[in-house]
Amino acid sequence: MRPIPIIRAVCGLLAVALLAACTGGSESTSRSTETASGPVKLTFWSWVPSIDKVVATWNAQHPDIQVSVSKPAQGDELVTKVLTAHKAGNPPDLVQAEYQALPTLVTNGVAADVTEFVVPAEQAFPAGTWNLVTFGGKRYALPQDVGPMMLYYRKDLFDRYGLTVPATWDEFAETARTLREKDPKRYLTTFSSADPGWFAGLAAQAGAAWWSFDGDSWTVAINDAASKRVADYWGGLVAEGVVADKPMYTPDWNTRMNKGTLLAWPSAVWGPGVLSGIAPDTKGKWAMAPLPAWTAGDRRTGFWGGSSTAVSAKSKHREQATRFALWLNTDPAALEALVTQGGIYPAASAGQSVPALGKAPEIMPDATDFYPTVKEISTQATGFTWGPNVNVAYSSYKDAFAKAIKDGTPFSGALETMQKATVADMTKAGFPVSAG
Amino acid sequence: MPFPSRSSGPSTSDRLPGSDRSARSGRPVRSGRSARVRNRAAYLFLTPATVLFLAFLVAPICYAVVLSTRASTVTGGGIGVRVERFVGLRNYRDALSDPELWQSMVRLLWYGLIVVPVMLGCALLFALLLDARRVRAKRFSRIAIFLPYAVPGVVATLLWGFLYLPDISPLHDLFGLVGLAAPDPLGPELVIGAVANIAIWGGTGFNMIVLYTSLRAVPSELYDAARIDGCGEIGLATRIKIPLLVPALVMTGIFSLIATLQVYSEPATLRPLTNTISSTWVPLMKVYRDAFVNGDPYLAAATSVVLALGTLVVSLGLLRVLQDRAFGEER
Repeated sequence: MRPIPIIRAVCGLLAVALLAACTGGSESTSRSTETASGPVKLTFWSWVPSIDKVVATWNAQHPDIQVSVSKPAQGDELVTKVLTAHKAGNPPDLVQAEYQALPTLVTNGVAADVTEFVVPAEQAFPAGTWNLVTFGGKRYALPQDVGPMMLYYRKDLFDRYGLTVPATWDEFAETARTLREKDPKRYLTTFSSADPGWFAGLAAQAGAAWWSFDGDSWTVAINDAASKRVADYWGGLVAEGVVADKPMYTPDWNTRMNKGTLLAWPSAVWGPGVLSGIAPDTKGKWAMAPLPAWTAGDRRTGFWGGSSTAVSAKSKHREQATRFALWLNTDPAALEALVTQGGIYPAASAGQSVPALGKAPEIMPDATDFYPTVKEISTQATGFTWGPNVNVAYSSYKDAFAKAIKDGTPFSGALETMQKATVADMTKAGFPVSAG
Repeated sequence: MPFPSRSSGPSTSDRLPGSDRSARSGRPVRSGRSARVRNRAAYLFLTPATVLFLAFLVAPICYAVVLSTRASTVTGGGIGVRVERFVGLRNYRDALSDPELWQSMVRLLWYGLIVVPVMLGCALLFALLLDARRVRAKRFSRIAIFLPYAVPGVVATLLWGFLYLPDISPLHDLFGLVGLAAPDPLGPELVIGAVANIAIWGGTGFNMIVLYTSLRAVPSELYDAARIDGCGEIGLATRIKIPLLVPALVMTGIFSLIATLQVYSEPATLRPLTNTISSTWVPLMKVYRDAFVNGDPYLAAATSVVLALGTLVVSLGLLRVLQDRAFGEER
C-alpha cells in the first residue's frame, strides 16, 4: 500500500498543474482586458462574407476596443456552437444570430439584455424591425439585415415557353403546369423539405402566426389555417408532379439552377448573391418580381432569413461589445461596407438607401431598379413572433415534410407533426403553453 | 515460411497461456525494499496512461451518466430562464418510449445485415484471391483494394453522394446511354443499400488486409500436404484456409458489428441531399439531434448510455458465443 501516496502526489500535482494552466489562462486574458492600459479585446462570430474587412475599419478607428472575427459556422449550426460554447463557459463576446434563433439564445441565457446600451439607436430602425429583437419589453440584439421575400425567375426561359410572371399563387400553379406540358424535363420550382425558414416566410405571407405570447402563456399555432393552406397548396403541386420535391442547397439543386431545369425560385432579397455563387452561367438571365399573392392585389410578403448581432451574457465587456454592434449596424460607413462587401440588405433605415444599393446585383446586371423595388416590397413584409424552441420546430419540419414527400401523404399532416413536437418540447421544458 | 518448427494451430495457441505463466512464475519474487521501489517505478510509468484514461474516458462517461439524470426547466414564466435540475430516470423513460429510437434501431439492423456479411464476404474473397498462386499484380491489387480505407468517411460519402444525385451523376448519363431508367439510389427503397455501399467500399480493404495477413501466417507445409493429397486451389481455400481464418473472421466480425452500431457520418452527410434520410435515421443521429439541434443534452446522454450498454452486451454476448467455437482449442 506504500505506492499509493506517490500516485496521489503525482495525480495531485498534475491536477494542480492542469488547474493552474486553465485558470491562469483565463485570468491573464481577463486581466489584460480589464486594465485601462491595454485595449479591450472582443471576439465576434459571424458568417457575413468579408465581415473581417468591415471589422478592420472599426479596429483602425478604435484602438481601445479591438474585435477579432471568426467564422465557425453559419445559421442554425452557429446557434448550436454558441450554445455549446456558452455551456462550456467560453462563448464569443458577440455573435450573429438569425431572428428566429434569438429566443433560443435568450432562454438559454446566452444573449444579454442590452436595452440600456441601445437607446441611442432608437430611431435607426423601423419599429417592426425592433420587434424582431425584443422579448418581454427587453432588447436582446441589434438588427443587422432583413430578408423580405420575392420571386426570382429566368426571364429568357419564361419568354421561350411563353410564360407570364405569376401574380398570384393560383397563376403560379398554372404556370407550373403549363411548363411541364411544354417541356417535361423542366420544373418551375422545387419544394424543399430542408428549408423550414423558407416555408415559415411563405406561411407568414399567408397570415400565419406560429407562436404568440400573451404575457402569461404561449400559444403555438403551427397548424393554423393559413399554414395549412400554404402546406396543402405545395403538397398538391408536389403530388401532381408539377413542382420538383428535392431539397434546395444541394449540389443537385445548384446544377439544376445553373442548367435552367428549375425556372423560378421564391426567395429573399439576398437571392442574387446565392445565384452568383451557384449558377454563374445564368448571369443576365434572371429577373425579380414580387412574391405571388394569395389574393390578387394583396402585396404582403414574408421574411426569409435576416439576422442580428447579439451580445453574450457571459461577456465581461457587454457595453463595449454593444458599442461595436451599434457601429456595425447603424454607422453609414459600416452599412455601406456591409452592403458592398457582405452583400446583405441592411435592417437600418439609413442602410436601405446607401449609395451601394443604387447598383444592380451582379447576376442581374440590367435590373437597375432592383433595390428601389426591394425597398417598396420590404415595407409590406410581415413576420410573426418567434417562440423559444424554433430549433425543435425547424428540425421537426425537415423530418416531417421529407417523410410526407417520401410517403406521398398530405403536407398539412406534416404541420400537425410539427405542432405536436413543438408543444411537447415546450411543455417538457416547463413553458406555460396553450395549444392554438 | 517463417515458423518451420510450428506445424499447426494448437501449438501456436499453446503459447498464449504460456506467456501468462511466465508472468506468474518466471520472475523471482523479491521481498522488502527493492520490490517496493520497483513497484513505485511501475506505478510511475502507469501514471500518464492512468491519468489520460481517467480524464478522457472515465470522467466523460461519469459526466454523461450524471447528465442523463438531469433536465433543464424554464422558470420565471414567459420567455424565462432555463435552470438545470435532477429528474431521476425520466430521460431514460423518454428515450426508451420514443418510437423514433426503435425505428432507427430497426433501420440499423437492416443496415448491419447488409454491411457485415457483404463487407466480410468481399474481404474474404479478395484475401483468398490475393493469397492464391499465380496471381498477377498482387501488390497493386492489395493497395488498390486497401486504398478506400484511407479515404475519410465524410469525403467518401461526398464522393458517393455526387454519384448518387441524378443531375450530376455520370452513372445517370451512362444509364441514359444504354437506354435504361437509372435507379435512384437515394430513393426510399434503395437508400439503406446506398449508405451501406459507402461503408462496404470503405471497410472492405481494412478487413481484407487483416484476413490476408493471418493467411500469410499459415505454414506452407499445410498447403503442401493438402496438394499431395490432391487438393485444388478451391479445395485449399474452403478446407484449409477458411477454417484457419475463423478466429480472424470473428475478430473482424466483432469490429464490423461495433462500427455498424456506431454509424453516423455517412447518413448524416447524405441527409441534406435527400428526403429519405431523417434526422433520426440511425440512433447516433438521434443523439446528435437531441443534444445539439433540439438543445436537450440530457435526453441525448440517456440515449447514449442505453446505446453504450446495448453495444457492450451485444459485443460481449457474441464474443462469448463465438469464442467457444473459434478459440475453443485455446482453453
